[in-house]
Amino acid sequence: MFDEMTGENGLSGPSASATNWTRIATSREFKDLVAIKKTFIVPACAFFLIYYFALAVLVGYLPKFASARVIGTVTVVYLFALSQFVAGWVIAALYLVAAARFDALSDDILARVDERKRSQ
Amino acid sequence: MSNSPAVFLFLFFVAGTLGITYWAARRSQGAGAYFAAGRRITAWQNGFAVAGDFMSAASFLGLIGLIALQGMDGILYSVGGFIAFVTILLVMAEPLRNLGKYTMGDVLAYRFRPRPVRALVAFSTLTTATFYMIAQMVGAGALVNLLLADSGISYNMAVAGVGTLMMIYVIFGGMLATTWVQIIKAMLLSICGLVLTVLVLQRFHFRLLPFFEAASQIAYHQKGQVVIRDFLQPGLHYHPPHGPLDLLSLSLMFVLGTAGLPHVLVKFYTVADAKTARHSVVWAMIVIGVFYVFSTILGLGAAIEIGPDSILANGGTNMAGPRLAQVVGGNLFLAFVSAVAFATILAVVAGLMISASTSFAHDFWTNVIHQGKERKPGESVRVARVAAMAIGVLSMLIAIRLGPASNVIILATFGMVVAASANFPVLALSIYWRRFNTAGAVAGLTAGLLASLVFIVTGPNLMGVDAASTTGGRHLIQAQPWFPYENVGIVSVPLGLLAAIVATLLTKEPSAESMFDELTVRANTGLGAEKVSG
Repeated sequence: MFDEMTGENGLSGPSASATNWTRIATSREFKDLVAIKKTFIVPACAFFLIYYFALAVLVGYLPKFASARVIGTVTVVYLFALSQFVAGWVIAALYLVAAARFDALSDDILARVDERKRSQ
Repeated sequence: MSNSPAVFLFLFFVAGTLGITYWAARRSQGAGAYFAAGRRITAWQNGFAVAGDFMSAASFLGLIGLIALQGMDGILYSVGGFIAFVTILLVMAEPLRNLGKYTMGDVLAYRFRPRPVRALVAFSTLTTATFYMIAQMVGAGALVNLLLADSGISYNMAVAGVGTLMMIYVIFGGMLATTWVQIIKAMLLSICGLVLTVLVLQRFHFRLLPFFEAASQIAYHQKGQVVIRDFLQPGLHYHPPHGPLDLLSLSLMFVLGTAGLPHVLVKFYTVADAKTARHSVVWAMIVIGVFYVFSTILGLGAAIEIGPDSILANGGTNMAGPRLAQVVGGNLFLAFVSAVAFATILAVVAGLMISASTSFAHDFWTNVIHQGKERKPGESVRVARVAAMAIGVLSMLIAIRLGPASNVIILATFGMVVAASANFPVLALSIYWRRFNTAGAVAGLTAGLLASLVFIVTGPNLMGVDAASTTGGRHLIQAQPWFPYENVGIVSVPLGLLAAIVATLLTKEPSAESMFDELTVRANTGLGAEKVSG
């Protein structure tokens, strides 16, 4: 019930020692999982970083444009700042959908590992 | 002003949180329960707890004051604090949950020689936590100072009182108590933000354009002259020559630093698995995002309703929010808002203390000094309690030395820059770069930590020459600053990252590389990850 502090990596568990990690890491299924994750995470990171740093660039280097009024006295930069929140929420929602697929793939891999263990 | 409803509400919150601590102390026994709440916290609960951990006195008190004085430039802090969670969501939360047990040191010790890496991680965790803690204590002291000025409780006494209470929570309650205190506090803070926003907009009959119109013409004194400024335009604080780069530096710090904050990262060990960790980040993004959008209205509202002159003259930047509450909602609402702010501080310091003391006990004591063996059962928990006490006392002393005028969000960013320069690069490289090794981790942590500390101390936040007449908020070192930027991330982050990469490329550590297979399988599938316990 109470896990004791284990040394080194702090990880334990029955599957830890008996698992052939390299075999899993080089398996087709695992490579597919990592590749599919990359196709979402890399572009998503690139997009949000560019979009976010654009705000600092706008404020720092294009203050005239940033200060332009759009509706009443509301400026371009205030609206752009608010749009960052929307962008963050949209990325989060898309990621939740994409990650459900990652979960399914990783469950498959775990099931295979279990199967192999049992057959040994 | 003396405010007896405030005193009553303060006492009520203190009693309530002590009740939670008592309940948690009876439930949590053993290291897994003390350090990670038995990994039984659900997604929404953890989302609120993470939001609670992140929205400290810096968010509630510092941010509103910053926007009230700097307008749009302050709003950039709101955006940064929120966007940072996208980094956590996409690259940090899930691998961290799958790889670690109690601290981020677990992730690093996994592939690398554990002793040097853990020792450094414990040190950078303590540094980050101490900066944050000082900020909270200053906030608590200033708050009590404002509310109870007539009652004879001074700033120093308030700091000492808050510090002592916090130690009680952590020492007796552990992670379970801390998490529940955070959840309740995050809810109260959200309600507070919502009500305050509604009350501010009500004064403009819920018409946004007149509100923003008022925010576009704020009059105040600058160098003895009255100036009128548009608070929706940038440039009030960050202006050339150093402004533009300072802003990029600020953005870099937020987007990487938050994903390296130990007290935020430990929260992902309190949930059952990576999926729950992911969902809890999204919950946190909702709670934090809504509050930070409100914060822009509250900051501008404080500029309109109170004005920068009066803010600086009465209570300083940290008190802009509570004073806004008084203006729009009267004394009773001021009491409520202050009590919530106070609860916020209690909760965050408890969270900081638990992450710092956990790191000391687990990374340094058990794994570095005693090479991974607990000599007596329960020793690590005892060590954590002692560490919590030491860190608490240290931050109390520094907070008293700094005094109530220092803006708490600026103090908090010191901690964040250490996290961005030392913790984040090393964590990310160890999860995603096969070639990364012990030498790289040691070099990255050392360079990031040293660079941030040196530039913070020699930068314009701590070094500067004040006029002899300045009484509050004097610079710590009275000399011309050596380093020109307020935000040091633009230099310290690349230095930390570069040191990590160069040291790695100069050395070879085949064992670290061959362990990468195991690490990446664990990180991506959760195979062998820590299970629910205690």
